[in-house]
Amino acid sequence: MARIVGIDLGTTNSLVAYMKDGQPCVVPDRKGRTMVPSVVALTDNGLIVGDSAKEHLTRNPERTVYSVKRFMGKGLADVQNELAYFPYNVAETGGVIRIRLGQKSYSPPQISAMILKELKLRAEAYLGESITKAVITVPAYFNDSQRQATKDAGLIAGLEVLRIINEPTAASLAYGLQEKTQGTIAVYDFGGGTFDISILKLKEGIFEVLATNGDTHLGGDDLDRLLVDLFIAEIRDRHGIDVGSYPDYMQTVRLEAEGAKIRLSDDLKTEITIELPEDKGRFTRELTRDQLESLVVGVIERTLAPCRIALKDAGLTPKDIDEVVLVGGSTRIPLVRQRVETLFGKQPHCHLNPDEVVALGAAVQADILSGGTTDMLLLDVTPLSLGIETMGGVMSSLIRRNTTIPASAKEMFTTYVDGQTGVDIHILQGERELVKDNRSLARFRLKVPPLPAGVPRIEVTFLIDANGILSVTATDMRTGQSQSIEVKPSYGLSDTEVERMIEDSFKFAAEDVNARKLIEARLDAEALIKTTEKSLAEAGRLVTHEEADGIRTALSQVAAAKDGMDPRVIRARMADLEQAAKNLNVVMLNDSLKKSLHGKTVSEVT
Amino acid sequence: MDNNQTSTHPDTRRQLQMARSMCWHCQSEVTGEYFCERCVKVQPVSKETDYFTCLGFPRRLTLDPQKLEAKFYELSRTFHPDFYQAKSKAEQTISLSNAAVLNTAYRTLRDPIRRAEYLLALETGSVKDIRTSPPADLFEEILALQDTLEEYRTSDRDSDQGHRLRATLQTEQEALERRKEEMESQLRQLFADWDKLQDAGEATSLARVERDRILKQMRDLLSHRTYINNIVNDLAATIA
Ligand SMILES: Nc1ncnc2c1ncn2[C@@H]1O[C@H](COP(=O)(O)OP(=O)(O)O)[C@@H](O)[C@H]1O
Ligand SMILES: [Mg+2]
Repeated sequence: MARIVGIDLGTTNSLVAYMKDGQPCVVPDRKGRTMVPSVVALTDNGLIVGDSAKEHLTRNPERTVYSVKRFMGKGLADVQNELAYFPYNVAETGGVIRIRLGQKSYSPPQISAMILKELKLRAEAYLGESITKAVITVPAYFNDSQRQATKDAGLIAGLEVLRIINEPTAASLAYGLQEKTQGTIAVYDFGGGTFDISILKLKEGIFEVLATNGDTHLGGDDLDRLLVDLFIAEIRDRHGIDVGSYPDYMQTVRLEAEGAKIRLSDDLKTEITIELPEDKGRFTRELTRDQLESLVVGVIERTLAPCRIALKDAGLTPKDIDEVVLVGGSTRIPLVRQRVETLFGKQPHCHLNPDEVVALGAAVQADILSGGTTDMLLLDVTPLSLGIETMGGVMSSLIRRNTTIPASAKEMFTTYVDGQTGVDIHILQGERELVKDNRSLARFRLKVPPLPAGVPRIEVTFLIDANGILSVTATDMRTGQSQSIEVKPSYGLSDTEVERMIEDSFKFAAEDVNARKLIEARLDAEALIKTTEKSLAEAGRLVTHEEADGIRTALSQVAAAKDGMDPRVIRARMADLEQAAKNLNVVMLNDSLKKSLHGKTVSEVT
Repeated sequence: MDNNQTSTHPDTRRQLQMARSMCWHCQSEVTGEYFCERCVKVQPVSKETDYFTCLGFPRRLTLDPQKLEAKFYELSRTFHPDFYQAKSKAEQTISLSNAAVLNTAYRTLRDPIRRAEYLLALETGSVKDIRTSPPADLFEEILALQDTLEEYRTSDRDSDQGHRLRATLQTEQEALERRKEEMESQLRQLFADWDKLQDAGEATSLARVERDRILKQMRDLLSHRTYINNIVNDLAATIA
């Protein structure tokens, strides 16, 4: 079986990992960085992703997309109250959010696909083989639409998504592999945009999820916003300027807020400095950890209610939990650790790298699917109850939350009117009584043969697969005939739309080839810079000043080209450098040969 | 020899009955438990297979949770879609639906109340859920309680009246919880009676009468217990 990689497609950062000799490893880039910032920017040279795109957050805010995961599987109405925080343009067509970048609009799955492609390329460059299959992680509390959107993103990126796996459970696989413990664990995953809690029983290689809960709209981003609001208000008071109306400055304020928050995880106080627009000077202030904590404590405490519900659903109390595993960047906040410790009555486990553990677990799951790891098995649950609309706008539950997946439920339908040829079915997800308070997943019309009322008997099977994704089939009990059901998602892309996007992305395959060439050229350039610098340091004295200067100039030109987007330019500057350093290399070689061969020159030897 | 007949329990059947006795793939007769012995393809669990049979347990109401879990884990390793990635589409479909059946079976049998409700449905052949109803002797009391509950919901919770109502509700909740526990212990007795009757395995008319008595009492108790349980939950949520 071809290699399957594990991908953590995060709100803030994304990673790709693979299995090597029974151990999961994260794929680094050429500088050894393992995280790809989940940022996509449109520049004059086209779309860029990751670290280089991150630089455009402040330079080019309207054309730089971050935290796109918050929009996956959503309609515009769902995100209305946070749109003001995003400097890029978000609109809706056909029930799906679209993000405007220059002349074109992209759905969240398309933006996510760009991040996935970057990871795919990174893995391909590192492993030296083509990657077409992946396991991708999602927050455990993601609903069907959000999972489907993630799967669509994979397809658009040219990846066969063999499994969608929940982030906290992925983390538990990595934890279990490393710690080899048995017992009951709680995984507390607090990242940039989402919060998840999962409670699992680990026994003889089986990872059985007992309960899960969370909030797909609760993360470090929300803490940053509280700081942003504070700074904006203070800037208005002190400097009489409303930074809120300058999208580019908003981004500066946000990054400064996030930076301060992160520094305060280690330090007790920190300095904030923000250059203001229109020569209004600069805003400075000191922020203490205490001040930060009293500002964000409310948000942090919002993570505790889901923990209590999960414990209750699992039929457990805090003292039944043997270990609490922390996942996600926001668990580095001391106040978070303290609250978790108080709730569970024990010190949390933080020996795993909270940034990487989810990707590592995804790689373990990938290895299970490819038949490499056979002793581990994850039994996950569906996070939300699934049901259908019944009389009076009430939801009738068919599959309760925390049911082990795969899970199925059957429901019999009939007609109320003679000759009726269809029954409308509305599928929902959520825990509330009324339809309007739950998430609408899809509507479809069940075809029924025209018969007297009550005679037709159609059995509908709702099946949630191991990805947590729903499919629906119907069987006419009188004839035994099955019908496939075209389910139109309430939020999300239709199959035809996804297909079109896949085609589009193949059209851009040429760009991918370019991207790969770019990666290779950069790697080669880096190596060349390194060896030339070394030669210069060791043997620079053997050549003239002019020559050495020429080499230095060529060196800096390669370095500059390397940060650009054109592999041909990089190759050209590299050739220049090789030319400039040719003599140096010959002189150097001669020198070392002279030492070993007593004075023979290169030409004499070769 | 067919080892299904050497089972220790009189009514332990074949652990998993197949949809057909014929393999869907190679059409040879299926004699193995979950796999065709000739072509080694996984076989679908029959729609007729009940959850006890599916998990390889006799129709008893007292089951060892450890053994149940062990069997569930074992069968999960047999059927889970994770292990069918490299198999054909048909086998993947079977693995998916078998795993779903297995999960439902385990969820049903793991919980003693659900297990009893399920057994009742199997034995009495009724497909409808058990209707919940209040125990006759509590009827008046529960009506009064509903009124108090309604009054509390509309009253100012911090007023004297609110406090008084709350205290009344709390006492009621405790009383109902005691009643629920009483019912559960009665149920446990009935479960034991049932198992004893099954173990004896007699087909006398006396045994038939006893069987009907147990099932009838169990149905009533289950229905009342669920009713009270719902009220207790409602009370707890309102007072909290
Ligand atoms: N040392 C730190 N202290 C506080 N917050 C941090 C720290 N390091 C990272 N974060 C926050 O963690 C979040 C990113 O966490 P991550 O797990 O990568 O998120 P996601 O899984 O959503 O991509 C961001 O909000 C970031 O500000
Ligand atoms: Mg994460």
